[in-house]
Amino acid sequence: VLALGTVGASRRVSLQRGLLFLCALVLLLLSEAVEPLGASGSPGGAGDSSGGSHGLQKGCEADVTKSKHPTNRTKKPFPVLSFDYEHVKTPFEISLWVLLASLMKLGFHLIPRLSSIVPESCLLIVVGLLVGGLIKVVGETPPVLDSQVFFLFLLPPIILDAGYFLPIRPFSENLGTILMFAVVGTLWNSFFMGGLLYGVCQIKGTDLNTVNLLACLLFGSIISAVDPVAVLAVFEEIHINELLHILVFGESLLNDAVTVVLYHLFEEYAGVGSVSILDVFLGVVCFLVVALGGVLVGAFYGILAAFTSRFTSHTRVIEPLFVFVYSYMAYLSAEVFHLSGIMALIACGAVMRPYVEANISHKSHTTIKYFLKMWSSVSETLIFIFLGVSTVAGNHSWNWTFVTVTIILCLVSRVLGVVGLTYVINKFRIVKLTTKDQFIVAYGGLRGAIAFSLGYLLDKSHFPMRDMFLTAIITVIFFTVFVQGMTIRPLVDLLAVKKKQETKRSINEEIHTQFLDHLLTGIEDICGHYGHHHWKDKLNRFNKKYVKKCLIAGERSKEPQLIAFYHKMEMKQAIELVESGGGVKLPSAVPSTVSMQNIQPKKPPSDRAIPQISKGREEEIRKILRNNLQKTRQRLRSYNRHTLVADPYEDGWNDLLFKRQKLMEIEKKVMCVSVSLTHVPNWWLHSSDPQAYSSKPTSDDLPTIKVDLASPQSPDSVNLVNEFQKAATQNDPDDDGGLVMKVPFADKDQGEQDNKKEQQRLMRCLSDPGPGGDEEEDEPFLP
Amino acid sequence: MGTSLSAPDQDDDFEDLAARTGFSLEQIGNLHKRFKHLTNNQSTLRRENFDSVTDLMWNPIRSEIIEAFFDTRNFQPGGTGSVREITFEEFLIVMSHFRPPELNMTSEQRESLRTKKLRFLFNMYDKDNDGKITLQEYRHVVEELLSRSGTIGKDTAKDIADAAMLEVASITVVHMEPDEFYEGITFEHFVKILKDIEIESKMYVRFLNMDTTTLCK
Repeated sequence: VLALGTVGASRRVSLQRGLLFLCALVLLLLSEAVEPLGASGSPGGAGDSSGGSHGLQKGCEADVTKSKHPTNRTKKPFPVLSFDYEHVKTPFEISLWVLLASLMKLGFHLIPRLSSIVPESCLLIVVGLLVGGLIKVVGETPPVLDSQVFFLFLLPPIILDAGYFLPIRPFSENLGTILMFAVVGTLWNSFFMGGLLYGVCQIKGTDLNTVNLLACLLFGSIISAVDPVAVLAVFEEIHINELLHILVFGESLLNDAVTVVLYHLFEEYAGVGSVSILDVFLGVVCFLVVALGGVLVGAFYGILAAFTSRFTSHTRVIEPLFVFVYSYMAYLSAEVFHLSGIMALIACGAVMRPYVEANISHKSHTTIKYFLKMWSSVSETLIFIFLGVSTVAGNHSWNWTFVTVTIILCLVSRVLGVVGLTYVINKFRIVKLTTKDQFIVAYGGLRGAIAFSLGYLLDKSHFPMRDMFLTAIITVIFFTVFVQGMTIRPLVDLLAVKKKQETKRSINEEIHTQFLDHLLTGIEDICGHYGHHHWKDKLNRFNKKYVKKCLIAGERSKEPQLIAFYHKMEMKQAIELVESGGGVKLPSAVPSTVSMQNIQPKKPPSDRAIPQISKGREEEIRKILRNNLQKTRQRLRSYNRHTLVADPYEDGWNDLLFKRQKLMEIEKKVMCVSVSLTHVPNWWLHSSDPQAYSSKPTSDDLPTIKVDLASPQSPDSVNLVNEFQKAATQNDPDDDGGLVMKVPFADKDQGEQDNKKEQQRLMRCLSDPGPGGDEEEDEPFLP
Repeated sequence: MGTSLSAPDQDDDFEDLAARTGFSLEQIGNLHKRFKHLTNNQSTLRRENFDSVTDLMWNPIRSEIIEAFFDTRNFQPGGTGSVREITFEEFLIVMSHFRPPELNMTSEQRESLRTKKLRFLFNMYDKDNDGKITLQEYRHVVEELLSRSGTIGKDTAKDIADAAMLEVASITVVHMEPDEFYEGITFEHFVKILKDIEIESKMYVRFLNMDTTTLCK
């Protein structure tokens, strides 16, 4: 029965998939039939739109002339329905492509087993090939991935997503290794490949004599850069450990500077035909300028964004916009000066993140996260589809020798480069890179769309062999993405490479990591050795003293990292608590029956003066106890804190949690008194006064409770009777927009119902669970 | 070698120490120089000598670090209590806790190195040497970590420590009756909660390049 059920389900699924595909194709064909697509994206589009506007102008002129000579016009019936595709052509086509990409992505995940065998990038390229083939069959020329569109619109979202969520700690710890791989590795690859290709080209028998040395070197530099898009696409799915991931990924990001410099250098001088020593020296200087300049531009815009976010407390809605626009401006500004746009984007995202996250609201944070993921996902899909389409579209000039030699050389040079560099790097690393690590790093060097776009940008007049280059580039991309991309997952399993640890960062690990940091800094100081920890500590102190004060609004600037982490965790738990139906059963990581009472040392029952309580009151107290004890016991039996410490800087939260805290304290006190009345050992925790966190105590009716029942020194004259009356008459209509939480009555019958109502309301309002990949959030902002 | 040792019998001492602690002769020479600098050429190190290390003033857990040097548990197997002054040998033994793991270590050697380092950390938390970290001691640690944050830190420190303790108990002793009392984190529990952090590779100080000019501060 089960088997039949699954068969039926899979048939249904494939049916759905087929339908989706069909719809997409129909849509596409419709657009093709209506209007032939231009030869390339935006220049063609621009031409068309200008054509459209001209058409409009002509129409206006025609109208004017018509109005001047009304008698010439023949009277036609008023057009009820007219067809005017021209003026929406470009946005229409763009939307259609985006829709196609998204539908494809949707379709893949409906087929359960496909996505586990074949990486998404491969599937998308295949789809691109099919679509390109279809377009050709229909008779139109399929569009080629235009480099302008690629570099200005498709690439930035992916890079910004990577840079904003870059895990700073492993990145900075391995920075030396990453730089070595990125700079020295890419240089080695380019020259090795370029040189050997030139040698091969000189062999008589292949008709490649026209390819001169500089052209070969240029080709080498284009093809040798590891591509961040491809690496992200493949590595995202295999979940290897953090170290390897950051090594390959960091290398793919940082080699952009090298690629830019080499590309421009060789392109400039390939036409001339020779490169002098001075040019080489200038090239090195250029590299430093490009890399550091890009980082500085990015950091500058990042600081601007952080500073702007300090003042956005009244206009929360446009907060995400600042993040996006400042980052994009950083990218464009870097591109103006031919600096490395990728490094600018990474620097901008990484610099602004700690400060912006401290300033913006929780919702804005979620918005930014979702938007970045969405844009980068769509971009990636479009890039791969267009790669497929461009393959079908482009003019190819296939040369067996060239292509096969290129592929072989790619592999060989990568392996040699990684092995050689690791040998040198391991002398300076504490955690050495094993052979397995080296293999993964070498195997994970995928090439992608950046190489293709750079090749496409080449000027045909200077480089007559451009088509051959493009063919070779596409072949290499296909080879790396298909062969290496598909086989890396079984290889990772075969070699038993360490996978990413799924455990969430706990408060204990945070405490101990901080302790360890300080300890190591101290030991370094005692040794007099200005090492890694010493400088990190100095940077942190500088950051705390000066930078945070400028860039973070209000009280938050003084919040130490441990507390910020703790608040974040509590917020998350509060949301989880509400969503799980409130208190009954918390989805804790480790189901355990340990609660706060087990931790607190037993205190001797204090014999303090208990105010006289009338019999009636006592009965009331007992009834409430009976009602609420059950609820609170269940609430306690979880990993949650018994009091929710509110994030004091979050609008709205403040009030509710403050009130909720008050309520819980009232309950506690009631129970404590009753407990001592009935001679049950006092197992309740004393609570500290949370007033430090309430910036606007709106209701002064709620008594300030400073309870310390454990310590006999504070002779609290707790007037329970009065508080009870106040609590009973309390009827707070909370009017916080969004998060509504009614203070449950400390009353016998209403207590239960109100609790349920309140939790339902909270559930409805806090319905956004946040995206699944939450691991990045657990990273502390600053290392 | 750049460092020249004065007396020939010092060489023998150093070799003996090298064999015992695993440092190289050069590293021992450098550390000896540093020791002499800290103690003003005395033969024993006292707590007051640490006052000359100015950067240590910024460290929130300064007192714990200094105490760790004088804690006999760290350089004598089975020792208890703390002493007033230590010799160079004991200084070296304490420092050897921060050596990085070598590439060709077997997994047992790594395990023992890891246990040794974790024991050092545990001793720093567990001041009264009763074999457990009580809630009070844990609270004290968190308070010290937050000690530079003024009044914001004081209240949350307790909450954080409590939450952390609860987490430890939840992970190590999963089920407890309501009236059972979790006395403290024993060493086994400590090892368990830190099993995800690679202590042996994280807890190290580079003794490789100790330039003599930076030593003279």
